[in-house]
Amino acid sequence: MGALMVIFSLQTKQRRKMTDSVEDELELSAARHRPEALEQLEAQTRFSRKELQILYRGFKNECPSGVVNEDTFKEIYSQFFPQGDASTYAHFLFDAFDTDHNGSVSFEDFVMGLSILLRGTVQEKLNWAFNLYDINKDGYITKEEMLDIIKSIYDMMGKCTYPTLKEETPRQHVEIFFQKMDKNRDGVVTIDEFIDCCQNDENIMKSMQLFENVI
Amino acid sequence: MAAGVATWLPFARAAAVGWLPLAKKTMPKPPVDKKSRNDEILFVNVSGLRFQTWKNTLDRYPDTLLGSSEKEFFYNEDTQEYFFDRDPEMFRHILNFYRTGKLHYPRQECIQAFDEELAFYGIVPDIIGDCCMEEYRDRKKENQERLAEDTEAENATDTPLPPHSTSRERLWRAFENPHTSTMALVFYYVTGFFIAVSVIANVVETVPCRPPKGSKKDLPCGEKYTLAFFCMDTACVLIFTFEYLMRLFAAPSRCKFMRSVMSVIDVVAIMPYYIGLVMPENEDVSGAFVTLRVFRVFRIFKFSRHSQGLRILGYTLKSCASELGFLLFSLTMAIIIFATVMFYAEKGTKGTNFTSIPASFWYTIVTMTTLGYGDMVPNTIAGKIFGSICSLSGVLVIALPVPVIVSNFSRIYHQNQRADKMRAQQKVRLARIRLAKKGTTNAFLQYKEEGGFQGRGSDNALCLKNRSSFEHQHHHLLHCLEKTTNHEFTDELTFSEMCMTESVGYRTSRSTSISSQQGVATSCCPRRAKRRAIRLANSTVSVSRGSVQELDTLQVHKTSAGPQSSRSSLNARTEDLKLNCEDRDFTAAIISIPTPPANTPDESLPPSPAIPGILRNSRPTSFTHETVKISSL
Repeated sequence: MGALMVIFSLQTKQRRKMTDSVEDELELSAARHRPEALEQLEAQTRFSRKELQILYRGFKNECPSGVVNEDTFKEIYSQFFPQGDASTYAHFLFDAFDTDHNGSVSFEDFVMGLSILLRGTVQEKLNWAFNLYDINKDGYITKEEMLDIIKSIYDMMGKCTYPTLKEETPRQHVEIFFQKMDKNRDGVVTIDEFIDCCQNDENIMKSMQLFENVI
Repeated sequence: MAAGVATWLPFARAAAVGWLPLAKKTMPKPPVDKKSRNDEILFVNVSGLRFQTWKNTLDRYPDTLLGSSEKEFFYNEDTQEYFFDRDPEMFRHILNFYRTGKLHYPRQECIQAFDEELAFYGIVPDIIGDCCMEEYRDRKKENQERLAEDTEAENATDTPLPPHSTSRERLWRAFENPHTSTMALVFYYVTGFFIAVSVIANVVETVPCRPPKGSKKDLPCGEKYTLAFFCMDTACVLIFTFEYLMRLFAAPSRCKFMRSVMSVIDVVAIMPYYIGLVMPENEDVSGAFVTLRVFRVFRIFKFSRHSQGLRILGYTLKSCASELGFLLFSLTMAIIIFATVMFYAEKGTKGTNFTSIPASFWYTIVTMTTLGYGDMVPNTIAGKIFGSICSLSGVLVIALPVPVIVSNFSRIYHQNQRADKMRAQQKVRLARIRLAKKGTTNAFLQYKEEGGFQGRGSDNALCLKNRSSFEHQHHHLLHCLEKTTNHEFTDELTFSEMCMTESVGYRTSRSTSISSQQGVATSCCPRRAKRRAIRLANSTVSVSRGSVQELDTLQVHKTSAGPQSSRSSLNARTEDLKLNCEDRDFTAAIISIPTPPANTPDESLPPSPAIPGILRNSRPTSFTHETVKISSL
């Protein structure tokens, strides 16, 4: 009798495994994504047709399914900063690129982001940076958000730095930033304060053109 | 819509003329077909192999890459063809899918390569035809199992401990993997020894010893040397209890630990002793007490922590549960049938042993397993006939499930061997990754030392030329990060020196443990990382295979003043001395295609006279970049 029960329980387990695997496969196939047509992307971004083709080829080669998810993104990013831990910053960057907040970066997101960063006006670039710092996307940068961002950047440096990173270095950095940006001393930086302040800083403006011919 | 139906759509629409006489209302206007009706031949060039096909063929499956507008991204206007940099052999099968509607799986191809091609062309593997589906599924399952084992082997307990582990975690690791520390090894062997001692004591207890003076009867040793055996038992149980309690304390999840097989065995092994202690010495209970002593033999199962073979055997039995269940079931059926038959066959005989059906069970079992003790034998002719049939069928029934169990055991055993090999290779792999990461850092530091930021075209061009443009751009990215944070990258040696000089409490081992911590094994795709880098047009140097350069003389840290003074040679500018460092973080994307790196930032300015005492004149020109490696044409 015990043998009978064992046999039956094993059979049901097998059936459950089969249904699970079917659902798993369906889920995998749903993760494919096709981008919009080339003409549409050409109209929406400031890239030429050829540039879009080049971008897409590379993108598709790395991500055949058409989307990048956060783990892959973090992995890619940590390849470039081997000394430190790039995962926190990669997370923030991922959120900035993932404009529709669906957990994955498609080619459209990617190319729109690039279009702003490389070919956009100064205003758009600053807007993008503000969006990056504003973690909860509520229109204000608070000190905590800034501290998170700055800490994640310092994390990428790793431990072996000169001079050695102290505990209060990120905090000091935040203070300096807020001193400069927060004109009305209300504890948050709004988009207008941010853009105004950056536009008045000629070093920042000069460096904006640095990466335009990156492609 | 199902595959291939598009061809039949015009037919179905034409046949709609048959509804016209019956229709209650007028038909709606048909959609205007804006595209040209002429079919054209498309040229598809896959890594040099040119394929040609009708456009309609590809349009049959608009959800795939070739059937949708996605293929326009790969259109090469100069040669008027679609160029794909993929495997031409595999493309044959993909194109056949469009032509015939059935996707076949080529048996000689690697399953993962095939899956990747399908993913690239946007084809879902579900549509593989029935002829090839089984093979595909089998190989896919096999591959997934192997990958799962590999990841398991990676997370093996051989990895070095994170530096901030509590004593509880360390204790647990010492228990799970005795090779981590000497103490753990000692404890491992001591417990093994005591298990052996306890089992031997149990055995020797029952051997008859020479009787004591004045008695003729042979006494079992247990009763002669009661005190000695009791002391030995106590010592063993103390050790076992101590071990069990330590394990319970150290376990990350106590409930899970208490439910695990090994802990149950531990408890069963020590329970009889304690029960014996508390139980009073009266006669009726001592009978039950004696039975309890049987459980002491379970201590031998504690050896399975020490022996991997035993664990494999146990695991095999567990995984063959269905076969064993079948064996048991069929045997039970056969036993009952034959016992009944034998009983009724031998019923007439006088003084027969076959007194009842259950009594015949014993005969049937002994006969079916071909033991044949001979304590019960049939006398009648019918009984002898049925007895012989019984023994013949016994051989068959037992021989059938055994090969399945054997093959299971062999599979699990080989898996285990592979897991051990993987673990050994794991160390090499981790070391390689660590080396590669160090190589990248060293390359960057040497680049800085050689004044790579002084701009091109100077006399440094000679030593810079053997670096690929990818490396240049990567170094630029790292340099930008340095500017953002106003700290510089160093290597471990210099860092540890600094730590020692700066404060007393640092230990140099800290820096090495940190560097080992950063060897985070992204080993799920080390191959991928290599492939990604290889695809760059000019460079064959990948990040993960960065050149390991010896740091002979790292003169980067020649400071004129203390650590707070600026790297004046790099970022000073006379007219722009600011007291506070305001670093902006911008992300710009660099796509590493071999174009010359972007205009070098303002570091190319001549060094100003170093004025000690000025705190910082960092330029707020720091960027952090998001670099995405994309293959170039």
